[in-house]
Amino acid sequence: MAELFQFELVSPERQLISEQVAEVVVPGAEGEFGVLKDHSPFMSSIAPGILKVRKDGDAWDEYFVRGGFADVAAGGLTVLAEQAVPVAEISREQLDQAIKNAEEDAVDAKDDSAKQKADRTLRRLKDVAEALKQA
Amino acid sequence: MPSLKDLRNRIASVKATQKITKAMQMVAAAKLRRAQEAAEAARPYAERMGAVLANLAEAFEGRDDAPKLMSGTGNDQVHLLLVATAERGLCGGFNTNIAKLAREKARSLIADGKTVKIICVGKKGFDALKRELGQHVIETVDLRSVKSVGYANADEIGKKVLSMFADGEFDVCTLFYSTFISVIAQEPTAQQLIPGSFEAKGDGESDGAHPVYEYEPDETEILEDLLPRNISVQIFRALLENAASEQGARMSAMDNATRNAGDMIDKLTINYNRRRQAQITTELIEIISGAEAL
Repeated sequence: MAELFQFELVSPERQLISEQVAEVVVPGAEGEFGVLKDHSPFMSSIAPGILKVRKDGDAWDEYFVRGGFADVAAGGLTVLAEQAVPVAEISREQLDQAIKNAEEDAVDAKDDSAKQKADRTLRRLKDVAEALKQA
Repeated sequence: MPSLKDLRNRIASVKATQKITKAMQMVAAAKLRRAQEAAEAARPYAERMGAVLANLAEAFEGRDDAPKLMSGTGNDQVHLLLVATAERGLCGGFNTNIAKLAREKARSLIADGKTVKIICVGKKGFDALKRELGQHVIETVDLRSVKSVGYANADEIGKKVLSMFADGEFDVCTLFYSTFISVIAQEPTAQQLIPGSFEAKGDGESDGAHPVYEYEPDETEILEDLLPRNISVQIFRALLENAASEQGARMSAMDNATRNAGDMIDKLTINYNRRRQAQITTELIEIISGAEAL
């Protein structure tokens, strides 16, 4: 059995998860990363995407997260997300709205780096939408 | 001297008022519970955010390349006051207290020759400030249509403040709201948002030796990403505190009003009964003396 560590998923409105888990896969700004027990201290901003959590079994719980950061410390992993919704509860409209916002951001972007960032966000969101459609 | 009919009408009207205040008190109590839960649910996020920022800020201590949101513009000429109040009245001194604090601050700033700009969140704050400081109010944010404050509302305000800051429209931003202490105690609070100050709090976990963090992307980028978020989070927290305070204040105000109405009804009823008895006595005397005269 995998060793467990403390994981917290917090959105501004409520605390979604606070429990012992075996493994978490976080959609980091520079790529997905997995966190197991005793991960070295690490901090990353997160990109819109699917965050996966595995408790001691084999089943993965999936959450859609957007905007925020992950903080891996000795005490465990904390993900602060501006928006966090269990995948089962996410509605098409919310996602469409997010995509629309991202599209507007991409159009409005003032300089190249902002544009690149907005494009990346948009691509991520579209991937998520695609993945959800298949599910 | 009011007639018996007048007194009866007064009593009926006070009773009707009492029913309304009683209902308002109960509604406020129900809303208070919800608002309190929301405020408590939002606390972990704001706390973690504060802790992480304090950690990051330490790394930037004394460096020239610290983001402006943290170090300030190096100026304090133009002040932005963000005054968060309720949309409705009838909640005791709640709105007045926040407005008073903001007004005092604005007065002292103006006396120092600074420029003051005000954004009012909530109609009541604007009503209270417009007479003296009307020309300083640059915007009012209306949340009347919003039933319960969501993060999106706070984010909108936050973005507005940030874009103003980016355009160099102000140097220092202070947020005014009411901290919820208990149902009968709310404290008007002024909090400086920009430049932000982050006190590293001893949260037990940090034992002096800071763990070496890896950052992805690098520290500067994360801090630049976090600081704007923090503004929205702080505003969100203030709005939630405000919502709880407002309901608490309304609840105790309406409780007082109900009690007052009760006292008034008692007094009026005694008065009414005395008058009625006096009238009966007079009538009896008239009849008796009429009969004796025969």
